[in-house]
Parts: sequence; C-alpha cells; structure tokens
Amino acid sequence: MYSNDRCTWSFINLLHTCFSQGAAVITSARTYADFTTQATFEIKKCDVFKLDEGPATQVVLTRDEGLQYYRTMQTMRRMELKADQLYKQKIIRGFCHLYDGQEACAVGIEASINLSDHLITAYRAHGYTYTRGGTVKEIMAELTGRRGGIAKGKGGSMHMYCKHFYGGNGIVGAQVPLGAGVALACKYQGNNELCVCLYGDGAANQGQIFETYNMAALWKLPVIFICENNRYGMGTSVERAAASTDYFKRGEFIPGLRVDGMDVLCVREATRFAADHCRSGKGPILMELQTYRYHGHSMSDPGVSYRTREEIQEVRSKSDPISMLKDRMLSNNMASVEELKEIDVEVRKEIEDAAQFATTDPEPPLEELCNHIFCDMPSLEVRGTNPWAKLKSVS
Amino acid sequence: MRDFHRSAPAAVQMTVRDALNQAMDEELERDERVFLLGEEVAQYDGAYKVSRGLWKKYGDKRIIDTPISEINVLLQAGLRPICEFMTFNFSMQAIDQIINSAAKTYYMSAGLQSVPIVFRGPNGASAGVAAQHSQCFAAWYGHCPGLKVVSPWNSEDAKGLLKSAIRDENPVVVLENELLYGVPFEMSEEAQSKDFTIPIGKAKIERQGNSITLVAHSRYVGHCLDAAAVLAKEGIECEVINLRTIRPMDVESIETSVMKTNHLVTVEGGWPQFGIGAEICARIMEGPAFNYLDSPVTRVTGVDIPMPYAKILEDHSLPQVKDIIFSVKKTLNI
Repeated sequence: MYSNDRCTWSFINLLHTCFSQGAAVITSARTYADFTTQATFEIKKCDVFKLDEGPATQVVLTRDEGLQYYRTMQTMRRMELKADQLYKQKIIRGFCHLYDGQEACAVGIEASINLSDHLITAYRAHGYTYTRGGTVKEIMAELTGRRGGIAKGKGGSMHMYCKHFYGGNGIVGAQVPLGAGVALACKYQGNNELCVCLYGDGAANQGQIFETYNMAALWKLPVIFICENNRYGMGTSVERAAASTDYFKRGEFIPGLRVDGMDVLCVREATRFAADHCRSGKGPILMELQTYRYHGHSMSDPGVSYRTREEIQEVRSKSDPISMLKDRMLSNNMASVEELKEIDVEVRKEIEDAAQFATTDPEPPLEELCNHIFCDMPSLEVRGTNPWAKLKSVS
Repeated sequence: MRDFHRSAPAAVQMTVRDALNQAMDEELERDERVFLLGEEVAQYDGAYKVSRGLWKKYGDKRIIDTPISEINVLLQAGLRPICEFMTFNFSMQAIDQIINSAAKTYYMSAGLQSVPIVFRGPNGASAGVAAQHSQCFAAWYGHCPGLKVVSPWNSEDAKGLLKSAIRDENPVVVLENELLYGVPFEMSEEAQSKDFTIPIGKAKIERQGNSITLVAHSRYVGHCLDAAAVLAKEGIECEVINLRTIRPMDVESIETSVMKTNHLVTVEGGWPQFGIGAEICARIMEGPAFNYLDSPVTRVTGVDIPMPYAKILEDHSLPQVKDIIFSVKKTLNI
C-alpha cells in the first residue's frame, strides 16, 4: 500500500535502507485489529414539529459503516468535481447542477432505507443516481451523452433513472406529486415499501407541493418528504422567497423534523426515525435537511453574486460532511490516515477510469433517435424533419 | 467649394438580448404602470441577463423577484405587468391562468375587463438542455383566441415586437429564443428610436425571390436565409418571409408571395402535428393562393420525438439548413 504521501515514502526508504544493511527492524504496522470496531457519538438534536419525540441523539457508528460512508461521499464529491472539469472543457453540455457539499444527505438517507424502497428527486440528481445503484461510469457517460450512459445518452444530467429511482426531474416541484404517487402504489400493493420524495427550498413554495401534502396526509401515504434546504433557490436566498423558512413545519398537519444535513449520522438517524413512522402506517412525514452547495446553482452560475466567498469558505472549513466524518473516525481510532488516503486514491482512479470511458465511448447511433416513444408498441413510423424523412421507432 | 459628403444614417450592431433590454427600459420609463416580475429578474440581472441593469435603475417596486411560483400570474387591475418565464417550458405550470384568466377574460366580460399583460421568455430548443427544457410552444399558444403571440427573430424584431406587446391592451405571449440572445444584428437608425414599434400581425419579407416562398419564425428565419444563399448559387431565388407574429397570423403576406412563386415551404422548430406549418397549409388551401400552387406545401419541422440530450441526436432532431435545401429542391422537383 504505497501512498503518494512523502512521509510514507521516506519511511519506506528508511526501512529499505535498514533491511539492506541487515538491520532487524521491527516495524509497528497498524493491523486492522488495532482499530475500534464501533463508537458512540452524540449528534445534534432535531427540531420537531407535531411530534412527541425525535430521532435518537446518541448513535452508534461501526468502522465498516464509517468506511463505507466515507468512500461513498468521497466518490460523489470527486465525481461532481470531475463533471465540473468536463463541463468547462465543453465535453458536458446543457445544464449541469452539482451536488458537492450535500453528500451527507444522499448517503445518510440511503443508509436508512432499502434499495427496494423508492426515491425521486429534482435535477441535482447525480449523487442520488449513484446511491440508488447507478455506477460512476454510467453516470459520467450520460453526462457526456454517450451510448454507455445510464439513459443511453437520451436524458442527460437531469434525466437519469435506475431501479426504484425515478430521476432526475427538470421542472421544479413537479417530482413531488409523482413521489406521492409512488407511495400510493406502495400502499396499494401492501409491500411495506416507502417513497423518499425530495425537493429544494426553492420548490417548497410551489403550490403542487401543498396539494401533495394534503393528499398524502389524507390517505396516509408512506412518503418521506425531504426538503434539501441549501439556502438558495438559484440566486434567491430563502429569506427573499419564503414567507416562512421553517420548511419542516410547512406540511402544517404533517409531522416534521429539522435535521443537520451536513452530518451524515444526523441524516441517517432522522431517516431511520422517519422510515419507522411511515412503515408503521402513520402516514407521511417531512424532513428538512439543512445543507449547502459549494457550486452555484448550475455550471452557468458562478454562485458568488448572491452569496459571499467567505460564506462558502466558512461552510467548507467548519461543516464539510466528508471532513466531519473523517475527523470523527480518526479521533476515535476507527481508521488510519493511510487507510483513508488509500480510499481516496482508489476513488480517484475510479473517477479517472469513468471519465476516460465517458469521453471515449461513442455517441448513441442515429438509428436509436426515435426509439422509446411508446412502450410495448411494435415498430412505429416517425416523421423526420421533412415529409420524405420517414424514421423508425422501436421500443 | 466642396459638397458635404453625407454618410448614411448610422446603423449599429446590437444583440437580441440588448434589444429586449432596451425595449423594456424604454417602456418602463414611458409608463409608470409597467413593471417586470419573474424568477431572478431583479438582483440576479435575469437568468439569461435580459433584464440586466433594470433593477438597479428602477428598484424593487418596478422589478420584482418572485419565488418559484409560475402560477403567480397576476391580474393586476390597472397595471401593465411583464411576466418573465425563465423558459416557456415552465409556463405550463401557469398555463391555466394564461388561457383561462388572461386570454378569455375580455371576451367573457363582454369588454369590461381587459388584460394588458405580457408573457415573455425563451421558447424552443436550446443546446443540450434535453426533453423537459426544449419544447416549442408556438402552436399551443397560437391555438387560443384572446391571445396574441409573437416570435421575434432579429434584434429589430425583438425590440419592436416587445414594445408593441407592452403597449398592447391584450395578453401577448412573446416567444424569444435563447440561442439568439447573444447574436448581434444590425439596428437601423429608425429602430434605435424610443418610439420604434413593429405592428403585431404583420410579417416581413426578409428576402425577395421568385422561385419559391419560405416561411419561418424565430431562429429558422436565419436558417432559411442561409439556405437561400446556397440555393441562389444554383439559380433558385427564395423569397423568405419572417412571420414575426404567430397569432394573428399574416396569411395575406404568405398568399401574395405564393401567388408569385407558386411553391411554399414552411420551416419551424416545433413538432409537426398541429403546428405552425400545419396551420399555414390549411389557410393556404382555404384561400386564393391554393390555385397558384404547382406542388403541395412542404413542412420542415422538428422531429416528432421528445428532445434527446446527446449532441448527435439533438442535431438530428431539428431542421438543419441542409434539410431546408433538400425540401426546396424536392418541392421544386429538382
């Protein structure tokens, strides 16, 4: 396990020198048996609304869980930064809304639900596509519009789907009624599954969300509404958009939690609490995750005309989700610096390989232009740009 | 004694974005009742920077940032709002209000309540923004009595039509095009005036020709002119008509042209079914120009599919100049 770290290199060189000079050196290598297998952490208490109790504040994190969350968040982080790079090189085009800073939300949520549950979100969706089972390769190839993309190049950044993950939706707020619909299907089929339905602080003012709250509560649908409040709806701060910024209370008759969205353990615990609530037949619940995006709204927004660089820097240095987890694990002897560095190296390589694939995979073939208009239909004729252009659609 | 050498009136280059900005600036200054509302129009200077500088100049009362609530289309009694949609795709969230409240009210009230409102924003395909952000709404809005619908191509169109829209007592939908925002066009001295307006409901002949008539709106006017330049080298002279207004459509201009050239090709970015070209075909058949046609009208349109993301697929989903050239030749049986 050679890392790029200079200290380690010189240490290894020293060892080598010693060995070659015949000296017997007893190296104190850290074996995995030296690490703490689990530790208990005190996490921030959630604000509650219409609830007698909230999620636990004392939580247990195992070493394995910690390493997994670390790897997943780091993968998401690096993937988004690579997307930034590719966008600036014009290899990714159109809209690109990046998720870096918000990793704890996607990872924490997934930690407390099953892959057999359902999830839907809006356009800041690359992270969720990953936690729901998409591979970095498929995601990046979709961003570059290639045939190996998760939607075969047809969807792009905002329209990625996989099993039990319904995108990836471009119209602000429109995914919320859809999420409740999925929850209705779960209840109808009695399969004990639930739907996690995400939206942002900007979308929270859409009327269709309130219509959805009403129906979900009325019919006791197993839906966890989650507002990812990253403080800005594009360039508009929450104070300038909402009469009430207590997003967790806006379900009025739906119980709510306000959660520290930068702490993966907080998110995990709150989601566990919310999932229990839904699965016990109590109906919907609403979680507000207080989080932050480092990038602007999208790649065409520098993100500094409506907020200060100091603010962004402050969040990065004090509340970064990955750093928070790393510090916890290191200070409780749950992992070593080298081990985490190794993960970083592996992640970097995975991202590089995926980017390589995403930039070399060919574009989708023209024959597929019209495919998948209808489901279950034998070959259909489609009009091209002029009456003599008769194209074919196959599903 | 030497004669004064007078140069021609100075034309300037102006982007469509700046032309729209100038139109709004002039109308805001001219009439206190005019104001602009929409997402990011004020402090952000506009999602596509069309309203740049206006909030700084006119302040909170006249330039209003709204939450993401398209349906907040306000029937501001006595005022003259300009309502910006970040793209017309989002107007679907408010389309009930646009049709049922804005378009129909003057009729339902037998003339008591007018609705002098402007809905504006980018329409149609952009570059790589995929299925939910690329739809053309010309046919949808053009379908409804009570609405006026304009679709500017160049900077003069943009300024003149937007100013007319703002001054109009009726609800007007202004379908702009994101890809044209940054394109500079020549603005005549006349167009630079604060009183410059273009009448709604009148098309413009951008290029005279005898061989065939090409009719388009918005970006595809440019494509038609490009095709015409190529075809001219082969002796085919296209007459290019810039519709400018979708509703009420200037069918007369098209008829006059067809009665001269005997051939017609329509070009649009939207889908073929029930579209602009389809309407033009029907109107030509119903009028005097039908008897002058030497071949059926050809429609060049977007491909009948949701917009794909991948560049190669997107490029093949919309009319290209070569499609227009091909269609002209087929129509002329060359």
